[in-house]
Amino acid sequence: MRRRTLLYGAMAAPLLAACSGQSDDGKASGGRTTLTYGVWDVAQVPGMQKVIDAFEKENPGISVRMELTPWSSYWTTLKTAMRGGTAPDVFWMNAVNLQLYASSGVLEPLSGHIKSDATPVDRHRHALVKIYAYQGTQYGIPKDFDTIGLWYNKALFDKAGIEYPDATWTWDDVRDAAAELTDPRARVHGMAAEMDRQGQLYPAIHGAGGYVLKDGRSGFGDERSIEGLRYWTDMIDRGWSPPQSAMVESRARNRYWSEKTAMVYDLSAMAGQMYAIPALKDHGGVAVLPKGRERATIIHGLANVISAKSRKKAAAWKFVHFMAGRRAAEIQASAGVTISSYEGTQGAWLKSMPEFDLKHFIEMQEYAVPYPSSKNTAVWENLQYPLLGAAFSGKGGIESAARTLGEQMDRALKEERA
Amino acid sequence: MMSVFPSTAAAKAAGRGKRAAGAASDAPGPPKSRSQRAAYLFIAPLGIGFAAFYFWPLLQTFFYSFTEFGAFGGNTWVGTDNYVRVLKDVTVWQALGNTLIYCAIGLLALPLAIGIAALLNRRGLRGVALYRALYFIPFVTLPVAVGLVWNWLYNGDYGLINEVLEWIGADRRYWVSDPSTAVYAIGTVMVWSTTGYYLIIFMAGIKGIPQDYYEAAELDGAGPLRRFFTITLPLLSPTIFFASIICMINSLQTFDLIYIMMAEKNPAIGDTQSVVSLFYKWAFIENAQGAAAALAFLLMLIIAALTLVQFRLQKRWVHYA
Repeated sequence: MRRRTLLYGAMAAPLLAACSGQSDDGKASGGRTTLTYGVWDVAQVPGMQKVIDAFEKENPGISVRMELTPWSSYWTTLKTAMRGGTAPDVFWMNAVNLQLYASSGVLEPLSGHIKSDATPVDRHRHALVKIYAYQGTQYGIPKDFDTIGLWYNKALFDKAGIEYPDATWTWDDVRDAAAELTDPRARVHGMAAEMDRQGQLYPAIHGAGGYVLKDGRSGFGDERSIEGLRYWTDMIDRGWSPPQSAMVESRARNRYWSEKTAMVYDLSAMAGQMYAIPALKDHGGVAVLPKGRERATIIHGLANVISAKSRKKAAAWKFVHFMAGRRAAEIQASAGVTISSYEGTQGAWLKSMPEFDLKHFIEMQEYAVPYPSSKNTAVWENLQYPLLGAAFSGKGGIESAARTLGEQMDRALKEERA
Repeated sequence: MMSVFPSTAAAKAAGRGKRAAGAASDAPGPPKSRSQRAAYLFIAPLGIGFAAFYFWPLLQTFFYSFTEFGAFGGNTWVGTDNYVRVLKDVTVWQALGNTLIYCAIGLLALPLAIGIAALLNRRGLRGVALYRALYFIPFVTLPVAVGLVWNWLYNGDYGLINEVLEWIGADRRYWVSDPSTAVYAIGTVMVWSTTGYYLIIFMAGIKGIPQDYYEAAELDGAGPLRRFFTITLPLLSPTIFFASIICMINSLQTFDLIYIMMAEKNPAIGDTQSVVSLFYKWAFIENAQGAAAALAFLLMLIIAALTLVQFRLQKRWVHYA
């Protein structure tokens, strides 16, 4: 009985959405156009509200209402709302979903608008802008970005008597340090090799000179890619990192926060949360990712897109155009939540946390690889964790697991082209 | 995702309705037709709800299982492609195996509930209502809360279960992320949270057994165990039959606990995924609604087949007094 309700609820949702379809128009009350803006990160709401306030001051005829949907249900809700025609006019998009949405024709193409209004798209990193283009047409404009850096705990380094990581570090230095820093009696590990695609898997694959996705082919079977994955599984096998089975319950990030791991690869977007932990504000540090065969990190950023079904496209474009500009970027940066993708506006973010050397995150843009994606990214991404799980739990077999993953991913890629 | 039980109930209701209609036409008369109309009126709330929320979606799902479903609506006919995909996919068979394990574990709730019900029905026991409520609480607790709390209990680093094990000298384990234990860890929670429900059903069933039998047996010198096996169990068998069907269907449709307890990066996810969790993944994450619909139908057929087997087997062990 109750076991069924959840599922039926989920099945009935599109139906109900379809019924309530055209009711919420949000049409101008008193000559004002009200736009809806779909976002998922509650931490960014205050900062985005400041951007909206500035936009409304400049455009008295338009008001913007933010609609917050938690990440866990953002995409299912959005898809359902799209079918029912109740989707927000402007909303956040990520790399994983862009091609799916663009190829289904539910996003407004922006290339024409960008040209006629001279939107400063070229002031945003090309690697980021490229993520939001599909078949030569631009569908979204990035608003922020994040890269992965090496976070470390200075107190644990001092205790082990090792020098702090810097730009000269290679993977060998990381291995030596991880071995020294691991202290089983204190239950402290040198590194936390969590099975996480953005934070660990992809940066290591590219660092070893491999690739995740190139010309519609999977890179998981590639020797170099496997070398990158082995960088992590080795640390687990040698006891320098807890196994994945232990990190399901307490994630790498949380282990670093509670000073149970000395080093961790993590997002620049986590800086604010780390800064809020007194111990880490005092003795936490960050460096560029150590070099494997190559220097690499992963860059990703959110973009603003317009729904093709929006009935207020002119106002929606004004808003997206505003958010692509310098002023919006500066407001966003000084709110200190994320790094604005607009070049030269990152100063305020750097200054907001002077104890951390955040400039490394900006430097790494030079060699950062864009987050890989295809038309149905979620399908092949969902293959990764079940197939690699055993190898990341200290059971060995990363080579064959990676090759199997490569084959299955190729099959999924072939299917999405069909 | 239709369970067989409500549909058979409705079919019976419909059959009864027809028979009543036939009888009415044999002997036409104002009082009978009025009572007949009243009967329809009484059936209507269930009937309409059933048609709108069970039968119509069921037909739609059946139709969608032959189509490829666009991520944002619109579908194209693909014939039996989805069924071929379902039968060829190894993860489907693995999920099916897991689902059968859940079913087997889930059925353990029945003997447990019968035992507790028999103990609670002893004459002279005080505070029965309190015990009944205590046993029933897990069933009415939100599955989300149940899953979260059990995850804390199972936690490999700080969980209470591991603390106790360490204290008695056994090894700690990562119960829900170790592929060899995860499915049983979830199964245990399933049994824990459903036993109270079957307990209520069995207590009612035992109450319905006439006291005379027990008194007569007692006079003949039968002990409590003997009375339980020769009077309680046989006379409770119709209730057990009903409960076993409900229990089997519910366990075959296990979803919420797995959804809550198994994180995305859990290495044991392949070993714990049920058919319904696979359905959810296909339909709502991977945009493969067509294949998901086919999978749902496969599950429905399996449930129907197993229920049919149970109905066949019942003649051998169910006693209708």
